[in-house]
Amino acid sequence: MSEGKKDFAPACPFPIRNYPQVLLAHGGGGKLMHDLIGKMFLAAFKNPLLETQHDAAVVELTGKKIAFTTDSYVVRPLFFPGGDVGSMAVHGTVNDLAMAGARPLYLSAGFILEEGLPMETLWRVVCSMRDAAKKCGVQIITGDTKVVDKGKGDGLFINTAGIGVVAHEQKIAPQNVESGDVILVSGDLGRHGMAIMAVREGLEFESQIESDSAPVHETVLQLLKAGIEIHCLRDLTRGGLTSALNEISEAVKLTFLVEEKLIPVREDVHAACEILGLDPFQVACEGRFAAFIPARDAERALAVLRAGPNGESACAIGKVSDQRHAKVLLKSLVGVQRVLDMATGEQLPRIC
Amino acid sequence: MKFLDEYRDAEFARQLAREIHRVTTKPWSIMEVCGGQTHAIVKFGLDELLPKQINLIHGPGCPVCVTAVELIDKALEIAARPNVIFCSFGDMLRVPGSTTDLLSVKASGGDVRIVYSPLDTLKLAEQNPTKEIVFFGVGFETTAPATAMTVYQAAKKNLKNFSLLVSHVLVPPAMEALMSSPNCRVQGFLAAGHVCTVMGFEEYFPIAKKYHVPIVVTGFEPMDILQGVLMVVQQLESGRAEVENQYSRSVRREGNLPAQQLIREVFQIVPRKWRGVGEIPQSGLGLSEAYMAFDAEKKFGVAELRVEEPSECLSGLVLQGQIKPHECPAFGTKCTPEHPLGATMVSSEGACAAYYRYRRHELVEDAADKKS
Amino acid sequence: MSISGEDPLERVGKIDFGGILKQANLAYVPEAKVGDYVIVHVGFAISRLDEDEAQKVFEYLKQMEDLSELKEGGP
Repeated sequence: MSEGKKDFAPACPFPIRNYPQVLLAHGGGGKLMHDLIGKMFLAAFKNPLLETQHDAAVVELTGKKIAFTTDSYVVRPLFFPGGDVGSMAVHGTVNDLAMAGARPLYLSAGFILEEGLPMETLWRVVCSMRDAAKKCGVQIITGDTKVVDKGKGDGLFINTAGIGVVAHEQKIAPQNVESGDVILVSGDLGRHGMAIMAVREGLEFESQIESDSAPVHETVLQLLKAGIEIHCLRDLTRGGLTSALNEISEAVKLTFLVEEKLIPVREDVHAACEILGLDPFQVACEGRFAAFIPARDAERALAVLRAGPNGESACAIGKVSDQRHAKVLLKSLVGVQRVLDMATGEQLPRIC
Repeated sequence: MKFLDEYRDAEFARQLAREIHRVTTKPWSIMEVCGGQTHAIVKFGLDELLPKQINLIHGPGCPVCVTAVELIDKALEIAARPNVIFCSFGDMLRVPGSTTDLLSVKASGGDVRIVYSPLDTLKLAEQNPTKEIVFFGVGFETTAPATAMTVYQAAKKNLKNFSLLVSHVLVPPAMEALMSSPNCRVQGFLAAGHVCTVMGFEEYFPIAKKYHVPIVVTGFEPMDILQGVLMVVQQLESGRAEVENQYSRSVRREGNLPAQQLIREVFQIVPRKWRGVGEIPQSGLGLSEAYMAFDAEKKFGVAELRVEEPSECLSGLVLQGQIKPHECPAFGTKCTPEHPLGATMVSSEGACAAYYRYRRHELVEDAADKKS
Repeated sequence: MSISGEDPLERVGKIDFGGILKQANLAYVPEAKVGDYVIVHVGFAISRLDEDEAQKVFEYLKQMEDLSELKEGGP
């Protein structure tokens, strides 16, 4: 297990010494589970809503439109350079809300724990979620805990659902993409997937590629604040850029034209992909998104992206044509155009 | 990356392409033998930069594609056994045997693992003394030195729980077999750069002479391939049939002598069945007598397995360059990367997979346009 | 990047692939030194890149360019 740089100073309030490993009883609904929830989850995610310990949390939201999303996180290994399953579970759901232009507010956290999971591991993940939630300005207000028999889970699975408020009037969705729109990406691609590959068994790289797992909602909100018209946003997770572009192209039935030399990939990610024979455009990111912006607003949008965290390599990679065929065309480095097709199956092991 | 990016430059590529256009006056059919070259050609769209008179034929250069169905079945048989850790390069996992593939065996509980280098299997053998470690040794001459070193070290360490299923193939006999076939339209060859890095290019002189074909040892980057094509065309246009070396930054005439030495020590030349083509005499490498103890076929008693190849898959014709992938009736319909009929659709270097991935839409649109 | 190992068969080098460091067996390139470029295949270096030869294709292109300029420049 790769060690994070943080030191585990905050001592776990849950008596790990007495229960160093998760037992089936911790999901049983009795005292052990009650203790686990109270002394670990509540203590970490501290907020009044969670402390009511009701079956459901009740919130009052201003504004008429609410964004709602859910995602499950089954990444293996649990800890990797640049993050862990916990921080991913927060960032990933926050980002899904951001793709609708919402301000993320509340998350739920459902845990499926495997019997035998070290409590220390759980505590590390919980702390990571706490820290990520704080940075994102969201609260984890309700949750669930289940324990499954040893051998039936990969240590730890997390589901997070999230709600946010949509305060703008734009319709951000694939159907709103128009010909002439510029396609932007918020930063360089492929770091997350390759960071995972680097830690997995049998693929040892000695220099570290760090995952790009990070929240993007502030950047999106800045775009909205600047009055920029946004036609569509899509985060580049499983399947990478290729999947995202193909899905949107399918939905709106327009051809997209992108140029390979414009798509930002860091040198070491590129090298790792070369060695393993992988396509960097299909590798998952966890803190990057594509934006479809009308040409007149593209320059300003790019400036906002670049000003955001990790945004130095944000750039325009292509545009939407007026051909009514659902496909994505890539102009290769040598100048020839070819189709950028969706991957068929699993290119990588479980990465998100 | 240095020594990589410069060879993908658009401007240089166009310059070379222009020169090819300038010197080409007649139609020519040129075959590239290496799967890596096929992949690069289709991925970068290099054939579109060439004049229409030049027909690039994709040869049997993908070792995964040419591994006999029989051998896949033997691998499946061994991998399914309890107490075996079966190790292979990634591509082999989805290649269909007669009924199933390694990935399915893995899903049903077989311990099948992907390795990056054959040496990784030795570590596994040492770490798991109670298990049998079996390595699927597939590849052209390029990979043979790695396998040879692995076997050599296994012998030195006296490992009892290690063995390998050997399926190495040799390029020159395959080229001979192709050229001596009556339907062969190949007029010039791009020889495989990394195969020649190991073996040198002495063996190609007799072939060039006997069949009067120019052979240019070529690399894998767009510029290498374009320059290789240019050199072949120049020879064809002037009636020459010589062996030239485009990939001189890596290939020397005599090749890599230490590697050849170890290959000779560990292996011997044997007849080998090529999937889709049939048996080609003296075209494979098998373990030499001294190292026979490491032969998995003998160890697991699967040496006698015999299999008939299914007829629907036309990969044999594709591998011989007789048809292009999209000319096969099953292409894109019954046969896709998700449910492949043959190895050429599975391997990332297979011609069918390359065409499916990069060309499918235009081929489908062209067909649709032709109909309307 | 660095070379270690006494046994010539197990001589191993750390190779820098554009920022990624990985080990490769150097048994087949006994003449390789730190700073050399090598071609690596499945964990083994199989040849040392000859930098002079590597430049040749660019010289060739330059020659072609000069030649075509000359032609265009003619009457």
